[in-house]
Amino acid sequence: MHELSIATSIVDIASKQAIAANAASVSQVELDIGTMSGIEYGSLEFALTVAVRDTPLENTEFVINRIEPLCECLSCQELFTPEGNYGSCPLCGGNTLEFIRGKELKIKSLLVD
Amino acid sequence: MCDTCGCDQNENPVRITKPGESNQDHGHDDGHNHEHNHGHDDGHSHEHNHKHAGDSNKRLIRVEEDILGKNNLLASRNSGFFEAKGIVALNLMSSPGSGKTTLLEKTIQRLNGQRNVAVIEGDQQTMNDAERIDRTGVPVVQVNTGNGCHLDAEMIHQAVRKLEPEPDSILFIENVGNLVCPSLFKLGEQSRIVVISVTEGDDKPEKYPTMFQQADVCIINKMDLLPYVDFDVEKAKQYARTINPKLEFIELSAKSGAGMDQWINWLLALRA
Repeated sequence: MHELSIATSIVDIASKQAIAANAASVSQVELDIGTMSGIEYGSLEFALTVAVRDTPLENTEFVINRIEPLCECLSCQELFTPEGNYGSCPLCGGNTLEFIRGKELKIKSLLVD
Repeated sequence: MCDTCGCDQNENPVRITKPGESNQDHGHDDGHNHEHNHGHDDGHSHEHNHKHAGDSNKRLIRVEEDILGKNNLLASRNSGFFEAKGIVALNLMSSPGSGKTTLLEKTIQRLNGQRNVAVIEGDQQTMNDAERIDRTGVPVVQVNTGNGCHLDAEMIHQAVRKLEPEPDSILFIENVGNLVCPSLFKLGEQSRIVVISVTEGDDKPEKYPTMFQQADVCIINKMDLLPYVDFDVEKAKQYARTINPKLEFIELSAKSGAGMDQWINWLLALRA
């Protein structure tokens, strides 16, 4: 359940940003969460409902963008969509990969009044 | 609400205790504060909640902030402290029962004063592991995370202040037994070590890829039991290498001592 820690961090960061922007209320928080980030989406959604209690984000809607993975082969620089966590490069067969996308854990924006 | 245990107290239930100190009460009185959570002590008031300014006033604020940014920042601070003091910090992670604490006990015996050692033990509850390490004679603190499933950089910061490890020592951080959550939280460590044992499935790397992706070294423990179990060492390594081609392996038995030389030599070669 590290999702609860993540949810608490999200609420913390968003609250501070809302205060910094002199916002009266926060109607929406948009998140980019990669499918390879190690986050279980259902757990995060549940954890957020707990983490917002008694905070300025109690009635805020959370929009979670699922970011699908994209890998770069470090041998031949081919870009491809990996299958799960493995896989080798479809072009050269190399298995030294770097995730270009899919590991995001980011607060993208707030919609405030 | 307390973010870790979900209780109604504002403070955090995380307790950091040296052997011999009491850690029994759930008093939230360890001086460790999480003022960032729900304290509203920053002058922020709630009067804005009822203005109902209307949708026309909505503004979009671009944040683009890493959710783990705060932990990563604290981890960098820890890392800087370790570097300045010449301390080699190692984050040991595994499932419960893979033999991390026994490995540490035997490692401390084998190092036999060649390097100063200090230990931070992470568990949800009990002082058991810290007491075992305490008997080896090296400084140790226990971090009890309450219901928390991992150590984070703030806990390590607090624990290190209490532990005061010697300059040029090796600091072993035994994370909470869990192959999932600890992988996301940097502590400021120099290396990450994942321990698996042959009494587990050889498909552990395939089942918990995030952990193996992030690790520098994989210790395969309890090798003395290999004749009695179905664990296929080469298969486990192959799975792990597919996920993380740079992963180093050390096969050993903390109990019998086989393979321990390789591990000790690896440790002794480390410099902060």
